[in-house]
Amino acid sequence: MWDYTDKVKEAFLRPKNVGEIKNADAIGEVGSIVCGDALKLYLRIDRETETILDARFQTFGCASAIASSSALTELIKGKTLDEALSVTNQDIADFLGGLPAQKMHCSVMGREALEAAIANYRGAPLLKTGTERVVCKCFDVTEDKIRRVAMENHLKTVDEITNFTKAGGGCGECKSEIEKILLSIVIQESR
Amino acid sequence: MTTIYLDNNATTRTAPEVVEAMTPYLTELYGNPSSMHTFGGQVRKKIEDALEQIAALINAEPEEILFTSCGTESDNTALMSAVETFPQKKHLITTRVEHPAVLNFCHYLGRKGFRTTYLPVNALGQIDPVVLDNEADADTVIVSIMSANNETGVIFPVGTVAPRLHERGILFHTDAVQAAGKIPLDVRKIPIDMLSISGHKLHAPKGVGALYVRKGTRFHPYMIGGHQEHSRRAGTENVASIIGLGKAAELARANLTEEIAYLGRLRDRLEQGLLSSCPHARVNGDTANRLPNTTNISFEYIEGEAILLRLNEYGICASSGSACTSGSLEPSHVLRAMGVPYTAVHGSIRFSLSRYNSDRDIDTVLEVMPSIIRDLRELSPFGRDKRVSSGGQTNE
Repeated sequence: MWDYTDKVKEAFLRPKNVGEIKNADAIGEVGSIVCGDALKLYLRIDRETETILDARFQTFGCASAIASSSALTELIKGKTLDEALSVTNQDIADFLGGLPAQKMHCSVMGREALEAAIANYRGAPLLKTGTERVVCKCFDVTEDKIRRVAMENHLKTVDEITNFTKAGGGCGECKSEIEKILLSIVIQESR
Repeated sequence: MTTIYLDNNATTRTAPEVVEAMTPYLTELYGNPSSMHTFGGQVRKKIEDALEQIAALINAEPEEILFTSCGTESDNTALMSAVETFPQKKHLITTRVEHPAVLNFCHYLGRKGFRTTYLPVNALGQIDPVVLDNEADADTVIVSIMSANNETGVIFPVGTVAPRLHERGILFHTDAVQAAGKIPLDVRKIPIDMLSISGHKLHAPKGVGALYVRKGTRFHPYMIGGHQEHSRRAGTENVASIIGLGKAAELARANLTEEIAYLGRLRDRLEQGLLSSCPHARVNGDTANRLPNTTNISFEYIEGEAILLRLNEYGICASSGSACTSGSLEPSHVLRAMGVPYTAVHGSIRFSLSRYNSDRDIDTVLEVMPSIIRDLRELSPFGRDKRVSSGGQTNE
């Protein structure tokens, strides 16, 4: 049994902003049914001010995934796109009074959906280009994502990377690769 | 809120009769069964009674039973004993859908230089005995195949494979943790060399198990130390729990036929009710060869942990094969081995019943489940093109 906060339970049992926005100005889709969680975020955006007028979601996943999605929409409604982009996965977790360590990847998924939706609004294609190097084949996690999440959340161990991105949580073959990435970040940051 | 406990393959309620049988040995009768004095000697007598009760459950002789601390220890002991007593043989066979107590022990032996063959299962979760025949060779020390699967309840053809292995002089072990006390098991009729039992799956307490070892089977202890259990398992006996396991075995044996009928009826009511009220639901596993108390149903396009937590709001306890509930990030190895599509693995729910369940429990689940499934599907981005938002359509 996961040790969920009351806020997580509440956001899971009675999530806010569920559903789709017809003719949305932006859509961000992350995750997949194979991986076990997926989030589709819809935004209505005022083109003049670039303000998020409405945010709605559809999520396939566990209680943390649903709660994180609900928290995300509450955090970004009324913000401009640039303000919204400053919302971190930690902000999503904090809004819920924290998430179990092993569920932090749900908050990361929320942050990723937001990025994807804003990129979509700004003209990027909805689907990934597929040019990025995939480190974890089980969960399709790129080096770029591992680096970014590690630096944003000051992660130091492979287990932490797994908790935040799922990378290394399948067959485990990429764990040594993740160690190398972590080491290169340490070297980079100490310069 | 009352608890509706439908997770009996995880653990069971300790039967009140069992608690009653155990209590004196947790209080005034605290003697050590190995002692010379009468105070300890009377405890030894009770342990011997328990051996007889356990033996009777599987039609074994009392001297063919040894007590362990759990099903895992029984499984580990059986495999370790086989490789210790036949040091020249380096090959093991098991299935892809075993409990981790067998599976991970085989992985461990693999790291020690043993070859292990993991038999595949078909879409119903069944093995093919012919594949086993072909995989076994002169180097095979032991074959370990569970009697029934904990996740799907699928019953394996132990009666078919054991005689063939016996003829070829290959040891056969079966993890009967989920089967013991739920279906008839007869080690005199079927040439099984070793068989594992766990107390807490049949209304005895946690922390006690048993291992049947056929008379004449080479044996090497796993716990090494004193002379207890005829030097087959060292350590002072867990007296009260052993007495409890004996009592639980006696109860199971006395009521087996009635309970099979009773649980089968309840389970079928639950299963049929859910399939007819929840669209896009499918049963996982071989329904023709299945434990009477178990049903494993996938609700497509939604995730199992979310379903469990919604059920939890009503005090209903079940489990799921989804990744989010496994403690790892991978969904059930059993359902994946069966080729169940990912859309269905993540949304699998196992209900497992016991004698303490009633029709009222089933009524409650049937009452709340359709709206839980509907709500979560409203939340999900998947399968929307395949369904209308109001319920009531038939299953695909």
